[in-house]
Amino acid sequence: MASPPQLSAIKDARVLMVGAGGIGCELLKTLALSGFRDIHIIDMDTIEVSNLNRQFLFRQKHVGQSKAKVARDAVLRFRPNISITPYHANVKDPDFNVDFFKQFNVVLNGLDNLDARRHVNRLCLAADVPLVESGTTGFLGQVTIHLKGKTECYECQPKPAPKSYPVCTITSTPSKFVHCIVWAKDLLFAKLFGDKAQDNDLNVRSGNASTSDHTDDVFERRTDEDIEEYGRRIYDHVFGYNIEVALSNEETWKNRNRPRPIYSKDVLPERPINQNGNMDGASATDNPSSVSAMASLGMKNPQEIWSLMENSKIFLEALKLFFGKRDKEIGNLSFDKDDQLAVEFVTSAANIRASSFGIPLHSLFESKGMAGNIVHAVATTNAIIAGLIVIEAIKVLQKDAKNYRMTYCLEHPSKKMLLMPVEPYEPNKSCYVCSETPLTLEINTHQSTLRDFVDKIVKAKLGMNLPLIMHGSALLYEVGDDLEEDMVANYAANLEKVMSELPSPVTSGTLLTVEDLQQELTCNINVKHRDEFDEEKEPDGMVLSGWTQAPAVEKKDENHVGNGVGTSKNMPTNAEQVEMNEDLEIVPADVEIPAEKKRKLSEISNNDGLGTSRGAAETNSHSKVEELDDDDDVVFICDGDSDTIKRKKLH
Amino acid sequence: MDGEELTQQETELYDRQIRVWGVDAQRRLSKANVLVCGMTGTVAEFCKNIVLAGVGSVTLVDDGVVTEEALSANFLIPPDESVYKGRTLAELCCDSLKEFNSMVRVSVEKGDISSFRVDFFSKFDVVVISSCSLATKKLINEKCRRLLRRVAFYIVDCRDSCGEIFVDLQSYKYTKKKVDEAVEFELKYPSFEEAITTPWRKLPRKTAKLYFAMRVIEKFEEAEGRNPAETSLLDLPGVLKKRKELCEAESLNESQIPDSLLERLVVGTQEFPPVCAVIGGILGQEVIKVISGKGDPLKNFFFFDAFDGKGIIEDISNPDAAS
Repeated sequence: MASPPQLSAIKDARVLMVGAGGIGCELLKTLALSGFRDIHIIDMDTIEVSNLNRQFLFRQKHVGQSKAKVARDAVLRFRPNISITPYHANVKDPDFNVDFFKQFNVVLNGLDNLDARRHVNRLCLAADVPLVESGTTGFLGQVTIHLKGKTECYECQPKPAPKSYPVCTITSTPSKFVHCIVWAKDLLFAKLFGDKAQDNDLNVRSGNASTSDHTDDVFERRTDEDIEEYGRRIYDHVFGYNIEVALSNEETWKNRNRPRPIYSKDVLPERPINQNGNMDGASATDNPSSVSAMASLGMKNPQEIWSLMENSKIFLEALKLFFGKRDKEIGNLSFDKDDQLAVEFVTSAANIRASSFGIPLHSLFESKGMAGNIVHAVATTNAIIAGLIVIEAIKVLQKDAKNYRMTYCLEHPSKKMLLMPVEPYEPNKSCYVCSETPLTLEINTHQSTLRDFVDKIVKAKLGMNLPLIMHGSALLYEVGDDLEEDMVANYAANLEKVMSELPSPVTSGTLLTVEDLQQELTCNINVKHRDEFDEEKEPDGMVLSGWTQAPAVEKKDENHVGNGVGTSKNMPTNAEQVEMNEDLEIVPADVEIPAEKKRKLSEISNNDGLGTSRGAAETNSHSKVEELDDDDDVVFICDGDSDTIKRKKLH
Repeated sequence: MDGEELTQQETELYDRQIRVWGVDAQRRLSKANVLVCGMTGTVAEFCKNIVLAGVGSVTLVDDGVVTEEALSANFLIPPDESVYKGRTLAELCCDSLKEFNSMVRVSVEKGDISSFRVDFFSKFDVVVISSCSLATKKLINEKCRRLLRRVAFYIVDCRDSCGEIFVDLQSYKYTKKKVDEAVEFELKYPSFEEAITTPWRKLPRKTAKLYFAMRVIEKFEEAEGRNPAETSLLDLPGVLKKRKELCEAESLNESQIPDSLLERLVVGTQEFPPVCAVIGGILGQEVIKVISGKGDPLKNFFFFDAFDGKGIIEDISNPDAAS
């Protein structure tokens, strides 16, 4: 039971919860039980079957409904007299502006992606509302607390970037299964079923990228072409012909194993599926979402690793089902981990490609995890973290600043502790979000367009939602609903211009101001012209400094962070990808870590996939974390490299 | 379901957690039978966790009726008199838990747990008790220990912003992957009685204060013939006297058990929901570990106090006892 002063603080509080998922369900329940009476909850998602093992407020019959609304109704059943206001909406909607945030005493995050976390952080800073942030992966979790000017903001420490792979690794020289998955999902699947207008690197082969144009229509189904023939033609083209072409470039294979071209006739007898396949399986239902190549071939076990022949059958069958049962969607499909047929197609395509390159094959279950960037999740960790969030929220409401803590939930004890509280850190003085530190941008002002700058810097790096770009008093670009038509046309034209040819030219020495009115965030950027960029190391063709991003390097450690699968070029990292955790290919379904390896904070946070807070940052700034055993309290000594950010404890 | 492979329904429902602990563990979970006694808020949290995780069955024991206190931290009981009137806490919780996962069998066993015979416990893989007297804790623990097959035994209690878990796995063997090879480990657990009779002077100086405080309260309640958590501020002098008595007998400095902590435990007899969530979560995780045979189990006490935010494992066993 809460103490009387706690109770009065709780009773009068208005709290905002962002996210009604794994942590959110637990959090809403614990808030209601603890006596909170005015809770607002935002979640844009609807309920899916795979949520039901831990999001205990939802039932099978709720699948497809709004999480925020169903969660509200479920909690009102055991606490009927409290007020819960649900919003089935994206927290980034303009309605949720600074004034909206100002009405709350505290904001509690139970989010699953970096993008939304950053957005909420900025609104909390602008509205000066305390934020309690959280994240879990498997048995690991953490709760952190952010108060403007008093503690670090969520973005004071760089966040691990979603992992990306060099384009040529994906298109020509895969060495891991995940490379094959990315190829199957982002290139082949997108090419066959997605938006045809999108750029696609499918035909880029090392050395002769420029000659790929003529092959484009290979992927079009010809008029009256038999679907079986079409499938085999695609098969032979991508797994056979394309590999042959790649092999012709001897340079590439000097230090690599040569791939083996695979043609359908070598794997499958002529026209096997029509005769042997169970035709009824496919037509058992007309509901397009339940069409399955596995079902139609009588295969059941998603844990099984299929042979090359089985993968080939699934590939052709899935293609056939897409064209036969879901033809209306072709042209605007994007990969969705909950789309069974899409997962089947991608699994089989990745496995066939893996066979070509001598990479071990994987089951549908494993492939789905990689392709969908699925977060490991169990109910218990979410429940624990939700309890810790409420404990911290109550301290915030009581303004009990000296007892604020960030808490880590560990898998293996450290100093006998499974739940480890740590004092929050002071704000980072060079944080561009909560301090007004200017940034520097190196860019080729004669080649890069304003669009490049908006996409690669303003949106991707600065995480702005509704940006406005100014050069002195000249407006170069803005986003909004209420713009005049001629301005919209004007901005659209500006987007395509190179920086130095804008109406108000951006050259070396220019100071740009980028603002997000919704987030109330302003960044000043000093522009420096540079001619050359390293394609592999600086794929954006521009470098922002002062803005610190954790290195997205592939670590040798088994505990991976930030596995946003996707190649950087033409594959914008979407928010979903950032929620990633351990690299599924390296840490198998079982996240057990040898116990003799004592885990220190740096490792712990390293394992915290959500990048929810410290992630790789901890590894940088605490490259040597020491624990001082001075009686009871744990103290972390920051002994990083001299150029990393030193963090001070609050007290 | 042939018992060997997970059904498609199970694979789909448990997808995210199978990615954490694997198919084998999920299979073992689905065959495990759990007995739970004392439907507190913490136990409600625990039950929710293991039902969601997909254990085979959960059997609930608690003939108590709904009171203000029972409602305060237990989200499994609808606060509607027309629903709860004439029904026991176990029955009410059973109804709610069934809704969480249709693949788990949830049922109620009527009666007083201390009168259940030894062979009753043989049906279970895991036994969890809460809100029991000291005598009952020892008794149930001993009954579980008399069985041929190992029953994992847990005691869980929360008061004020504090929670305690006790674990007895008797002799527990498990394997862990170390680099390339699987290494076998064996842990020997003392019974509850053996653990709490470990002389205090033999415990490390930094043993959690909560451990001692809980023992003082336990002894006080036993001496006064109280039901668990039947204390108030008026009892503080009596509790402080009990502390003095125990500390003298055990040669422990009384300052190891602060007045303020005892006062919180005596006054705050009701559970604090965030602590229920934390303790119920840790207990759920431990039970899942033991059923699945994956991960290092807790030995043998866990303490959490929202006051300092630490969740601490203590190994309370007599180093001199032969085991």
